[in-house]
Amino acid sequence: MIAFVITTIICFIIYLLLTTGSGTLGLWSIEEILLGLILSLITGFVTRNIFVKKDLRMLNPVRWIIFVWYVIGPFFVGMAKANFDVAYRVITGKINPGIVKISPDLKTDLGITLLANSITLTPGTLSVDIDEEKNDLYIHWINVKEDVLKGDSVDCKYICGNFDKWIRRIAE
Amino acid sequence: MWFEFLIYILLAIGVFFNILGGVGLLRFPDVYTRLHAGTKCTTFGSIFITGSVILLGLKMWYLGSTDGSVLAIHTAGALVAILLTNPTGAHAIARAAHKSGVKPVGAVVDSLQDKSVKKTVKKKEEEK
Repeated sequence: MIAFVITTIICFIIYLLLTTGSGTLGLWSIEEILLGLILSLITGFVTRNIFVKKDLRMLNPVRWIIFVWYVIGPFFVGMAKANFDVAYRVITGKINPGIVKISPDLKTDLGITLLANSITLTPGTLSVDIDEEKNDLYIHWINVKEDVLKGDSVDCKYICGNFDKWIRRIAE
Repeated sequence: MWFEFLIYILLAIGVFFNILGGVGLLRFPDVYTRLHAGTKCTTFGSIFITGSVILLGLKMWYLGSTDGSVLAIHTAGALVAILLTNPTGAHAIARAAHKSGVKPVGAVVDSLQDKSVKKTVKKKEEEK
């Protein structure tokens, strides 16, 4: 039941966002609102088990606030740094690439997806593959610091800074 | 006046980073380093370009045109889609390249290679 309600509400919000400017009732016309309600009820009924899995921890609004703060704060700064880093390497041609393994020790699918996407968009790193049993990530690192290559995997802080701590707060 | 100036500045920043991504695609040696240029620079540049379009839409909305609201909200939706799909696509391309045997040029270390070699050795031993 709660999965059906969540899916319907999110479908309805997306429908409203895509049909702005259609009438005089606020930004929408009454026909659009009614049709959107019917369509999102149908969609919510059909896809409720796909969209919402068993755990409901992402319903907590605090997690969403932390997520938005993470995207506009540390993530955006990391991305800006990444671009100047790429600019430097494009101009000078200094690269020292390699594929290393990190063990961020995240448990949920959402967390590992967020971390892999964050890693791809931040300085000098690109996620290549994932070990689905242990949630280890294989990272292509454009400028390998050879003195940190000890043993099997590299410490997370050289690759992704403190992103894993942020994501643990958001998704776990 | 200053608002249009802001829009042009955002557009210029975005175009600069997209050009940087293009130059990177031409200058880097192999598929992985090219993906570095291709994902980071185009995503960052597209944030600024969509930002300028959103500002233009908000200005039109403020001046009384409902088309402005459509432009602003739909462009914000496009920005979210870019942020989600661009790194995911790069990850898919990199994974496919490594699976089909493309080695990173000048690699100092390749943990993934070691892992797949170990796996094939294990398989062969099991077959025996």
